Amino acid sequence: MGNSLSILHRLTGVALALGLLALGFWLVSLAGGEQSYVAATKVFASPVGFLFLVGWTFAFLYHLLNGVRHLFWDAGYGYERTQRHVSGWFAVLGALGLTLCVWALIWHFAP
Amino acid sequence: MAEFSLPANSKVRKDGRIFKAPAGAKNVRVFKIYRFDPDSGGNPRLDTYEVDMDACGPMVLDALIKIKNEVDSTLTFRRSCREGICGSCAMNIDGKNGLACVSACADVKHDIKIYPLPHLPVIKDLIPDLTNFYAQYASIKPWLQTRTAAPPDRERLQSKEDQEKVDRPSACILCACCSTGCPSYWWNSDRYLGPAALLAAYRWIVDSRDEAAGERLDYLEDPFRLYRCHTIMNCTEACPKDLNPAKAIGEIKQMMAHRRL
Repeated sequence: MGNSLSILHRLTGVALALGLLALGFWLVSLAGGEQSYVAATKVFASPVGFLFLVGWTFAFLYHLLNGVRHLFWDAGYGYERTQRHVSGWFAVLGALGLTLCVWALIWHFAP
Repeated sequence: MAEFSLPANSKVRKDGRIFKAPAGAKNVRVFKIYRFDPDSGGNPRLDTYEVDMDACGPMVLDALIKIKNEVDSTLTFRRSCREGICGSCAMNIDGKNGLACVSACADVKHDIKIYPLPHLPVIKDLIPDLTNFYAQYASIKPWLQTRTAAPPDRERLQSKEDQEKVDRPSACILCACCSTGCPSYWWNSDRYLGPAALLAAYRWIVDSRDEAAGERLDYLEDPFRLYRCHTIMNCTEACPKDLNPAKAIGEIKQMMAHRRL
């Protein structure tokens, strides 16, 4: 399990780096005025765009939580087998749960 | 650099030889074993051996010895103590690095696939070339280094607590299961020392009798030698002696940080 979570950390990191381009695209569209902003919003609101946004939300949260695991390891804690398994599940389930929460909130407050 | 496929002359052929179990055998297990013969010049292949487990010991090494004795004497592997203390029979069993002598056949539910330790040059069959691995071990100077004179009337003594710090890491048998299970070591074994050598370095750094901890840390302070460890933890998962190289490496990284403060 440990090595799967490790490679997932890398993959989510790569996904986030690519997501930075999407964020840049969105900000540039905002700077370009109302028309370009509405056009960009349509891209993100499309079914494919929505899937990517959910994916990036998970990538962000998993990378964040697993980053906390790394922080503990670098401070010398959490190397024993049960600790590794508990913290690993914490990162995976935590990221899934928080992704759900984030999108439930967006759904709730969306106009 | 990362390599995701084998070189053309290392690709494993599927058309290996098949050795059937003797007629009437009731408890048959199938072993698929990596074979490479440097003299024939051909590609490696997987040979299939059916073994009657009613006439064989329980461990993977028992089966290998039975095959070599009774079925195919050309099968080549290292073994010595058959009780998990020499580290000779380290190999990849059912996708996991381990010692054949302490791995039970019954723990593998399907066909038992046996390969040499991953990502090392293969000398023959299940025997990898460990030259680089041993050179890396030697490079961390695995012996006591002192600057002060020894007491004239006795040995350099150590408290029980200080001995306990080196007790576990000293139990490493250099079987190479950890280092050859580490992706960082696969991609960078020319410059990254790997968990086994780093665990050994840790063992001497924390030894209360050793007086060269500073020099030892200087040697490890390098983007590759130490810091290619990305806490993947395959080393600790693989260790047949239940040691924790990942933790030792983490503690070395901490020592690096502390001495800069």
